[in-house]
Amino acid sequence: MTIIEEAAPVPAPREGEDAPLLEVRDLHVEFVTREGVVRAVNGVDYNVHAGETLAVLGESGSGKSVTAQAIMGILDMPPARIPQGEILFQGQDMLKMSAEERRRIRGRRIAMIFQDALSSLNPVLSVGYQLGEMFRVHHGMSKKDARVKSIELMDRVKIPAAAARVDDYAHQFSGGMRQRIMIAMALALEPDLIIADEPTTALDVTVQAQVMDLLAELQREYNMGLILITHDLGVVADVADKIAVMYAGRIVERAPVHDLYKRPAHPYTRGLLDSIPRLDQKGQELYAIKGLPPNLLRVPSGCAFNPRCEKAEDVCRTQLPELLQVTERDGTELTGRSSACHFWKETIHG
Amino acid sequence: MPDMTKTTAVATSDDKSAPTPAPQPVKAEKARSLWGDAWQDLRRNKVFIISAVMILLLLTITFFPGWFTSANPEYGDLAKHYLQKPELGKVFSPEWLGYDQQGRSVYARLIFGARASIAVGFGTTVLVTVVGGLVGMLAGYFGGIIDSALSRLVDVFFGIPFLLGTMVVLNSFPDRTAWVVIGALGLFGWTQLARVMRGAVITTKQSDYVQAAKALGASTTRILFRHILPNTLAPVIVVATISLGVYIGAEATLSFLGLGLNGVSWGNDISDGGSQIRVAQWIMLYPSIMLTITVLAFIMLGEAVRNALDPKTR
Amino acid sequence: MAEQIRKDDEPQDATPNVSDVEVVEAHSATEAVAAIEAPVERGEPILQVRNLVKHFPLTMGILFKKQVGAVKAVDGVSFDLYQGETLGIVGESGCGKSTVAKLLMNLEKATAGEIFYKGQDISKLSGRALKAVRRNIQMVFQDPYTSLNPRMTVGDIIGEPFDIHPEVAPKGDRRRKVQELLDVVGLNPEYINRYPHQFSGGQRQRIGIARGLALNPEIIICDEPVSALDVSVQAQVINLMERLQDEFNLSYIFIAHDLSIVRHISDRVGVMYLGRMAEIGTDEQIYDHPTHPYTQALLSAVPVPDPEAREGRERIILTGDVPSPANPPSGCSFRTRCWKAEDKCAQETPLLAIPEPFRGSDSEAAHESACHFAEERDVVHAA
Repeated sequence: MTIIEEAAPVPAPREGEDAPLLEVRDLHVEFVTREGVVRAVNGVDYNVHAGETLAVLGESGSGKSVTAQAIMGILDMPPARIPQGEILFQGQDMLKMSAEERRRIRGRRIAMIFQDALSSLNPVLSVGYQLGEMFRVHHGMSKKDARVKSIELMDRVKIPAAAARVDDYAHQFSGGMRQRIMIAMALALEPDLIIADEPTTALDVTVQAQVMDLLAELQREYNMGLILITHDLGVVADVADKIAVMYAGRIVERAPVHDLYKRPAHPYTRGLLDSIPRLDQKGQELYAIKGLPPNLLRVPSGCAFNPRCEKAEDVCRTQLPELLQVTERDGTELTGRSSACHFWKETIHG
Repeated sequence: MPDMTKTTAVATSDDKSAPTPAPQPVKAEKARSLWGDAWQDLRRNKVFIISAVMILLLLTITFFPGWFTSANPEYGDLAKHYLQKPELGKVFSPEWLGYDQQGRSVYARLIFGARASIAVGFGTTVLVTVVGGLVGMLAGYFGGIIDSALSRLVDVFFGIPFLLGTMVVLNSFPDRTAWVVIGALGLFGWTQLARVMRGAVITTKQSDYVQAAKALGASTTRILFRHILPNTLAPVIVVATISLGVYIGAEATLSFLGLGLNGVSWGNDISDGGSQIRVAQWIMLYPSIMLTITVLAFIMLGEAVRNALDPKTR
Repeated sequence: MAEQIRKDDEPQDATPNVSDVEVVEAHSATEAVAAIEAPVERGEPILQVRNLVKHFPLTMGILFKKQVGAVKAVDGVSFDLYQGETLGIVGESGCGKSTVAKLLMNLEKATAGEIFYKGQDISKLSGRALKAVRRNIQMVFQDPYTSLNPRMTVGDIIGEPFDIHPEVAPKGDRRRKVQELLDVVGLNPEYINRYPHQFSGGQRQRIGIARGLALNPEIIICDEPVSALDVSVQAQVINLMERLQDEFNLSYIFIAHDLSIVRHISDRVGVMYLGRMAEIGTDEQIYDHPTHPYTQALLSAVPVPDPEAREGRERIILTGDVPSPANPPSGCSFRTRCWKAEDKCAQETPLLAIPEPFRGSDSEAAHESACHFAEERDVVHAA
């Protein structure tokens, strides 16, 4: 498979518009494995502004988490490598920074929340100690002050009786409380950007709602940027401002949240939306996207979605569609919308 | 067999648009099983073939030493004492690898010493694997009182120092045949494998596929031997092949202390040769090389078998 | 080599008839639709569960184990399952829904209560009698990655039921049967010699379903069968399960935490909380006319993939977490998180029955709900 280099040009930030907090440009990530090179991310562009929530939606193997790990600089290299691309944080390319500079950004300016809070916390240290560590290491606080700060933080994330629970260990908290502690740790140094990788997937629905609400509230309060990585179209609808849908290492559609659900411009997005059963009415048979997500070792040529797409024609099998601006029938540009489908017009306008 | 061994990756695109192969009658292909597939894999594995040939050779030496030398390993000719160096040109002759301090042929002792070392090492390993494996499997699978009782038994034996215990037992046997030494080593050696097996069984028995087999009404024997055993073999094989070397070493130690097999053994020669290392290196060198090759051959074999039994590595 | 998965909605004209048990007048497609709209007379339930209890003892001590308490995983659950229908069971983690599945499968022994299969109590069976019953009740597991033995070929996995119950298929016939089953679940019959790791999650789940079908069971218990799958694959597996239900007249107990999927597949739904059934009724009764506050909170918390519908919906955000089943609250176990809780809730355990205000009414709210202050509240539809 050849990578087609002319991925959609990134629109440069226009005059007067404030620069994005984080901008990913034409990012490629590969993994060298025994069976060959796995191209996990193939030219991804996205950006997020302060106070904005970008949802990156995709199934397993879509490259959504790998992109986030590349931003955080926590990919294991090797086997991973980044042959191409830029990750601009407040205008500076993080990929060109020294390890030391990146480490200073990580945690302090960009923080990450993972899916599995239990394995992200050290089981033999108290939660208060781990929270306090952030202040001791980064701000050189005394043990006592750090503890006070930890209790304050636990209060912020609404852990009941924080002062009494500060010395408890991770396993003594429920799943929802542990995820709150993870959020507290991410917030500790008041970062500018939070990357949350499936933050509520492991939680029950009632707790999921609590945690998402908390995250959204804190984001507003601190005016942070938030990148929410998820496979759940429902969670996205609740909190995101804009969405990037990924498939086989590429962004296939970008849209403000309302527009995406109302009028998807890519057959994959449409298929996903149609295949979810509804809560408010009993449907007949579910629409099912045929086939399976692609094996990244053997991504189909042309549009990676073509073998599963009902609209696919010969051009889809030979030519990689670019991520192009989506317009109304009369040619008016739809703000923030683009689609990587040869037949986006037919898809969005019916 | 077509492409089976190569398609390790998940089969992908099942596009309907792709040309559908003409519906051919499903071939009466032979049913395959884990062991059959493992054998197919091993047959083509160089590491396996090399190690298996070496082990076969060693076993032949063990049981038919007379085929390899006519010299008497016990016969010392003081005229040919240890200053007589190896004559590497004279392959397979008594003087090939030189003589030791009592004028005995090092080569002959190497051939006859194999019996003690390999018989004891191999025999003990088989014994502890079977006994330890069985105890560990029962304890791990049934849990409850059976587990408590068996685990305490393991703890008791584990608490006894391995060599000291063996020495005490062997001391009470005037005639120490290979079986006696194997029994004594096995008596204090099975606990390690029992522990490894118990742990592996406890992990495996919680798997959904074991639950699924139970839900089908599978018998306990079936669950143990079809589902649990094949999935617990990997750590057992690793521990067993490593302990093989340990038992050969233990036999050498016992021989050195005068409590090993009555007769020739590599262990005896290594400990004897140690004191002569500055004047006659060969006395210790050749039995050491044999010991190393033996242990290596078994470890390689274990590794090859372990990989062959894991469909994911094929 | 390309995989050939048939699309599930394709007519299965070539499907061999795997069933050799008498198919009890299969519902035609139109009848199945009608059954969704109006509850038809269903005859005798095929499975009746009465006051099922499972307590896991908490012990202390190494040598002399002393019981210091019990985790009340299932604490008195009753329900019926009728031929050909799907009963959904929803609830959050720790509510006991998976334990119910294990009890129904006799993988755990019930502490108390009965499970009647066609009138026979199977909860106390063992040995030969239990094995005979197992032929009729099978299970599909949650995790397609751990529910298949990695060291067995697909042929051995799907063929194992025949090894255990040799009376179902004569020996020479088994391989053909396995290939038929692969075909029925939409997998290429030539994959019979492959190992599970060579398949994707969705395909593995199909293998698990084929194994569950092998003995021609009447009931299949599905414990979160699609929650480990990708969204685009979930729909395929759900459609497959619905097709198989029609084809073989199966009854499903469908346990899941995803309320949308449960509504889609179920004819009736039970909501569990801390080992008890909070509310049970038809899908319409539970989703459109819930009367238990827990059901209402649960439904309102479901993130809906439609930002506009979301804005019109009422949201009830519960405070706190599910209490520990080792030490459940007195009275109504939901009272610690309930906004309606009063003293009565702490003292009296509400019974699962049609609540007083709706008794005798023919409204959809008249279904069993275990709340002292049950009232109807639509939280699913936009106001």
